[in-house]
Amino acid sequence: MIGQRIPKLDAPDKATGRTVYGHDVKLPGMLHGRILYSRHPHARILKVDVSRALKLPGVKAIVTAADNPRVGAGAERVPARFGYGKDNTPLKGDVVRSLRDEVAAVAAVDADIAEEALGLIEVEYDPLPALFDAEAALKEGAPLIHSEHGSNLFSKYRYSHGDLDTGEHESDVILEADYELPYVAHAAMETSVVVASFDHRGHLTLYSTTQIPFLLQRDLSEALGLEGRDIRIIQTAIGGAFGRGLDIYPYEPIAALLARKAGKPVRISFSRPEEFLAAPVRQPAKVHVRAGAKRNGLVTFRDVYALLDIGAYVSWGSVTPLVMMQTTASLYRVPHVRFSADCVYTNNPITGAVRGYGNPQSTFFVETMMDRLAVALNLDPIEFRIRNANIPNEETPQGLKITSCGLKECLEAVAARADVGSRQMVASRSKWQMANHQPSAISHQRLKRGIGFASTLNVGGGARIYRSDGCGATVKVDDFGHVSLITGSTEIGQGSETVLAQIVADVLGVKVEDINVLNSDTDVKPWDVGVHASRTTFIAGNAAHIAALEARRQLFETAAEMLKASPDELIARDGKIMAANQPAVELGKVARARHFREGGQVIIGEGWYDPPTQLVDKDTYKGNISATYGFGSQMAEVEVDTETGKVRVLRLVCANDVGRAINPMAVEGQIEGGAQMGLGYALTEEVIVKEGRVLNPDFLDYRLFTTADMPELESIIVETDDPQGPFGAKGVGEMGGTPTAAAIANAIYDAVGVRLTTVPMTPERVLKALDESQRNL
Amino acid sequence: MPKFYLTLTVNGEQRELLIDPRRTLLDVLRNDLDLRGAHRGCDSGDCGACTVLLEGQPITSCMILAADCDGLSVTTVEGVTPADGLHPVQRALVEKGGIQCGFCTPGMVMAAIALLDDNPRPTQAEVKEGLAGNLCRCTGYKKIVEAVLSVEEGK
Repeated sequence: MIGQRIPKLDAPDKATGRTVYGHDVKLPGMLHGRILYSRHPHARILKVDVSRALKLPGVKAIVTAADNPRVGAGAERVPARFGYGKDNTPLKGDVVRSLRDEVAAVAAVDADIAEEALGLIEVEYDPLPALFDAEAALKEGAPLIHSEHGSNLFSKYRYSHGDLDTGEHESDVILEADYELPYVAHAAMETSVVVASFDHRGHLTLYSTTQIPFLLQRDLSEALGLEGRDIRIIQTAIGGAFGRGLDIYPYEPIAALLARKAGKPVRISFSRPEEFLAAPVRQPAKVHVRAGAKRNGLVTFRDVYALLDIGAYVSWGSVTPLVMMQTTASLYRVPHVRFSADCVYTNNPITGAVRGYGNPQSTFFVETMMDRLAVALNLDPIEFRIRNANIPNEETPQGLKITSCGLKECLEAVAARADVGSRQMVASRSKWQMANHQPSAISHQRLKRGIGFASTLNVGGGARIYRSDGCGATVKVDDFGHVSLITGSTEIGQGSETVLAQIVADVLGVKVEDINVLNSDTDVKPWDVGVHASRTTFIAGNAAHIAALEARRQLFETAAEMLKASPDELIARDGKIMAANQPAVELGKVARARHFREGGQVIIGEGWYDPPTQLVDKDTYKGNISATYGFGSQMAEVEVDTETGKVRVLRLVCANDVGRAINPMAVEGQIEGGAQMGLGYALTEEVIVKEGRVLNPDFLDYRLFTTADMPELESIIVETDDPQGPFGAKGVGEMGGTPTAAAIANAIYDAVGVRLTTVPMTPERVLKALDESQRNL
Repeated sequence: MPKFYLTLTVNGEQRELLIDPRRTLLDVLRNDLDLRGAHRGCDSGDCGACTVLLEGQPITSCMILAADCDGLSVTTVEGVTPADGLHPVQRALVEKGGIQCGFCTPGMVMAAIALLDDNPRPTQAEVKEGLAGNLCRCTGYKKIVEAVLSVEEGK
C-alpha cells in the first residue's frame, strides 16, 4: 500500500458530479443571505435604515450591528469581538474601516430578492481620512484605524542570531535590494460558502468549508456568545482551500445571526467578485534585504526588514513573519542573521493565510539574493548553494532540529536536468557580465533564453503555532471486516483521505477501497488543530498509524485464541489474519468472535499524535517548531521577449524531499499544483488594490495560469526516509510553489541580465527593467 | 415578470419548465432540475466549471439564458456518466490523478469530451489549447492533460 499510486478515493464522485459541496447543500426552508458592504474605505456610520428593505416580499430577516451579540453585564455590555486580534465584529456599527466591511445582511427566499433588498437599505456615512499605505499608517499623527489599539502598528517581530557586525566584517561581498510584493488571492474554484442552521435547543450546525473545524467552534462561540459545545461544524466537500479557511471570517457569524433571527437555515455563498473583495488575501510587503558572502563561497549574513500591510482587521496574515523569519534565518547555513518585521493596519483589504504562508515571499527575496551573491563571487549557482546547504542532523542557530534533509540531493537533481551547456553558460556569462558592462551583453537576438535555480525550506512535521499541534484518530473494524477511519484531519482536495487510508490499509492488511474515511463532523471526529502547515500526512498519518496498530493488536489478541497461536506470530494480509502455514481467519470473523461473547468487546483502536516540538520563544522566536523539515529545489528555463518583455516559462523542474512518498501520484499532484500557483505568483497574479478598492475582481483580469500557459513540468521525488514520519513521510503541501518565483527571476537574469525585485514579473516590469539596464550601460 | 415556458431536452429526456426568463441555464440546471454537477465558479464565463454541452457543443452554462436554449438539447456530467461506472474520460481523470478538490472536474470532463468528439486523436498542444477555458487551482493541469491524452491511446 505504501508507495503506490492509488487514485483518490473521492475522485469518482467528483468526476461524476455526485460530490456535495457547500453550494450544493439544501436544507428544508433554507434562505439565501447576502451582505451589504461599506461604500467607503473609512467612514463613520451615521444611520442604517432597513425599513424599506424589510417590506420587500420574500425578505425574512435583516441584521445590522444592532444584532451583534454582546458580552459582559449591564452598562459594560460590549459587542463580542473575534479574530486573531479580537478587533472584529460580525457587522460594523460605528465605523467602517475598509470596503469589505459588513454593514448589514439580508436573508430572503431567493438570492435575487436578497440582492434587491440590499439596494433598499439606506446607509449614511461620514467619510474619514483613509490610509492605503503601511508607511503612511506608521507616520506620527496618522489617523488611528482601531483607536482602542492606540497605534496602527499591530505587531512587530525582532529576531537575530550571531552578530551582524561580525558578519559584515567577514564579507567579501555585500549586496542589498528593495523588494515589493503584491496582494495575491487563493482563487479557489469554489467561492466561500456557509450554511447555518439552528435546532430547537438553539444549537447551531454550521456547514462550512473551514480548514479549522475545532478552532472555528471556539471562534464562533466568541463571536456569537454561544457555548462551544452548542456548535457543530459539518465540513462539506471543499472546492479548494489554500489557507482561506484558516480563520473565522465575518460571513460565518453573519449567516448564524440571520438564521437565528429568521428561524430558518441560511446559506451565504459569495459571488466571484465578492470573493475577491471579502475573502482574505496574501498581505503585500515591502522588504529591504542585505546579504553577504565570503570569497570562499560561504554566506556570512542576512539582514531583512519587512513592512507588511495587514489591512483593516487582523487575521493570520499578521503571523506570516514567523515563516519569513524561518526562511531568512535557516534556509542554507547563515551564521549571522537579523530579521525585523512590522505588521500595520491600513484601510486596505483584510489579509490572511495563503499557501506557503510567508514562504513564497521570503524565498523570493532570499533566493534571488543568493543568486546575486553567486554571480558576484563568480560561482556556479548550484555549487554555491550546495556549499551553503543545510545538512542532515544539524540544529540551525534558530533552533530548528533538522533530521532528514535532502536539500543537496534536490539541488543536484534539478541541476542534472539542466543541460550541461546552459549550466556552463550561466557561470561564464555571469562572469562575463560582471566584467563587461557593455550593451552587447544583450545581444541582438530578440528571444533570449536562460535558466535559474531556487530552493525552499518548509516545515514538514507539523508546525506548533498553537499549544497543541495534535490530531486524533479512531480505527474501527466491524462485523463484516469493514474498516472505518475516523480522523480529526480535513480533506481539502490534497488527498489526505487516500493517504491516511493507505496507512491504515497497510497495517490491517486490507484494500484501500475497503476503508471508509470519516472526517467531516466535529460531533464525530476527534480533535485536530486544522489542515495547514503541510501537516496532515505527518501528524494525522502518525495518529492513524497509532490507531491502526491498536486495532490490529486487538484483532491479533482474539485471532490468536481462535487460531491457537501466539499474537506475535500473526500477520494481517488480504483481509485475513494468519500465522505462517496456518489457516487464515477473516477480519470480520475475528471482530464477531470478539464481541459475540460474554464480556465482549468491539475492535476500536484510538490514536493521538502530538509531535515533540516547541512553541517558539515569544521574545527570541527560537525553538524547534516542527518535528522535521521538507526541502525542495526548482529549475526554471525561460524565454524572454526583449521587445515586449513577455516571459515564457519553457520548463519547470521541481525536486522535493518528502521523506517518503506514501502516494507518489498525490505527492506529484501537490508539487504540480503548487507550481501552478508559483508560476502565477511569478508572472501573472496580482490583486490590484487602489485606495482600498479591488480593481480586478474576476478571472479575466486576475490571471491564473491555464493549461495553455503551463510549461513542461517535471516533478522529482527525493526520498530521505524521515525517522519520525509515518512510514518515513513528511509534509509536501506548500512546497510546490514556494521557490518558483525566485527560480524564474534568476532565469530572467540569466537570459537578459536584469534583476526583478517585484512580482508578478509582468511584461511591463520586465521591459522597464530592460530599458533601465540599457540606459545604465 | 411573466414566466417563460421552456422546453429542454436534458440528458436525452424532454423537460418542461416555467421559469423566470432572466435566469441562466446553469441556474435552471442546478436549482430546477437538481443537476448539481455543473458548478458555479465565477458566473462570468471565465472559469469553465459550469461547462455543459448544448447541441453537442461545449458552453459555459452561466453565460446563456435558459430561455435561449428553448427546444435545444443539453448534456451535463450526469448525462455522460454510465449507470454502472465511469465514462472513459472520467476514468482517466480518476486513475491518472487529475482530480484534487474536484470543483472544476465536471466542467473539465465535459470540455474534454467535447474536445475528443471533435478531434479524437489530439496532440498534447491541442489538448492544452482545448482545455484552456477550464481553470483548475489544484493540479497544475499536468495530470489532466495526461489523462485526456490517455483516453485515445486507450491506456
